[in-house]
Amino acid sequence: MAVRASRYVTIKGIKDGLTFQFDDKCDFEELVNDLRFKLEHTHQNILTGPLVHVDIRTGEREMTEEQKDTLLDILSQKGNLLVRSFEEPPAPEPEVPDRNDVKILTGMIRSGQVLHHEGPLLFLGDVNAGGTVISTDDIYILGALRGMAHAGIDGNEDAVIAASFFSPTQLRIADRISRPPDEGENRESHMEFAYLQDGIMKIDKMANMARLGRDFNVFKGV
Amino acid sequence: MGEAIVITSGKGGVGKTTTSANIGTALALLGKKVCLVDTDIGLRNLDVVMGLENRIIYDLCDVADGRCRLNQALVKDKRFDELYMLPAAQTKDKNAVSPEQVKEIIEELKKDFEYVLIDCPAGIEQGFKNAIAGADQAIVMTTPENASVRDADRVIGLLESSHISAPKLIVNRIRHSMVKSGDMLDIDEVLQVLNIDLLGVVPDDELVIKAANSGEPTVMNPDSKAAIAYRNIARRILGDTVPLMQMDQKKSAFSRFKKFFGMG
Repeated sequence: MAVRASRYVTIKGIKDGLTFQFDDKCDFEELVNDLRFKLEHTHQNILTGPLVHVDIRTGEREMTEEQKDTLLDILSQKGNLLVRSFEEPPAPEPEVPDRNDVKILTGMIRSGQVLHHEGPLLFLGDVNAGGTVISTDDIYILGALRGMAHAGIDGNEDAVIAASFFSPTQLRIADRISRPPDEGENRESHMEFAYLQDGIMKIDKMANMARLGRDFNVFKGV
Repeated sequence: MGEAIVITSGKGGVGKTTTSANIGTALALLGKKVCLVDTDIGLRNLDVVMGLENRIIYDLCDVADGRCRLNQALVKDKRFDELYMLPAAQTKDKNAVSPEQVKEIIEELKKDFEYVLIDCPAGIEQGFKNAIAGADQAIVMTTPENASVRDADRVIGLLESSHISAPKLIVNRIRHSMVKSGDMLDIDEVLQVLNIDLLGVVPDDELVIKAANSGEPTVMNPDSKAAIAYRNIARRILGDTVPLMQMDQKKSAFSRFKKFFGMG
């Protein structure tokens, strides 16, 4: 019988069991063949006897449930192998915007200029009328907002827009558009924020942001 | 080596040409060697305001295309020996010259003149790009109206992203009575939005229109409030510290009387 270049499955002994390290680049079929071959031929002797705990490492390979079952079935044919852990590649992190990961930018957005940012944004400076700030997440402006701000541009309805001097020409959160009322625009501009509640844009003073019930890090006193 | 200053605004009709003519004349009045350059090709006005229209032989495009030498195209002012103007062509459009050509001409002028003032056309297209190409500094004009401030803001953004940094602001045509009654933006509001250094404030003055129509820059008339403002601006350009003009005009005889006795 030809010598098999069996590199796809590496079996290592550890303190309290065995580790099966599966190659993550080769074809799945080859992996299965190699595993069978090792269990039935080359490593036959060490794989018989008392109960052995087995850890499986699959490296980077992403496997379907069926493929996993195939491998587990092969291992279970040896009565003494007890699969203790099946370590899969870490699932790719879903792009959950993290409110703690705020990008701080400074400058001035003048008429005709657009600042586009992915993720929560803290802008230190003014956004003038005719200027635009766009973010996939929250927008906080430490300065005057006189222009247009669009938060949650990819559809995040939880996004908020806040500014020290809140006097926007228009506000957009996700796909909702709102503008200040045409008349009676003599109200004082405070530090405020805009948010969506049941699809309707609302504006409130900054101190009430914690009551929004979003995943902010809320300070509750010591 | 002189200094090239572009006078721009974005919006039309805010007083770029009038200001160019007046600051240029005021600088000449202070003994500086000045050249005014009109880059508003196709809609030239600077020559009219300066009263030099009938002396034009060659223009900016002729120089750019090599049809004449630079000093052949320069028009000498009728009032000052050290004041010249390079007129724009009237029969072409903004695409007749490139920013590189204008830059080359301005560089050439800077060798001979202490100040080269470039009158920029309205808009932010080719004419604007031509005008700012050779400039070292910029003066942005605005009037106390929202539309004008908006356009000034746009232009400041474009200037800041170009090679010109820190443009200066002139607020033109302010009417003190309207500001006082709250019908006109005041200087502070304008400055709050635009957030750049203020070079000067020019009051609205009918004498400016009269002077422009007669081809005589207002700055020559010391009775005009605008003239004083322009002279102050010229002195600030030279580096003097000149306080902003007191806008409260028409003091009553009584208040002058009080001031005389140190009570005002």
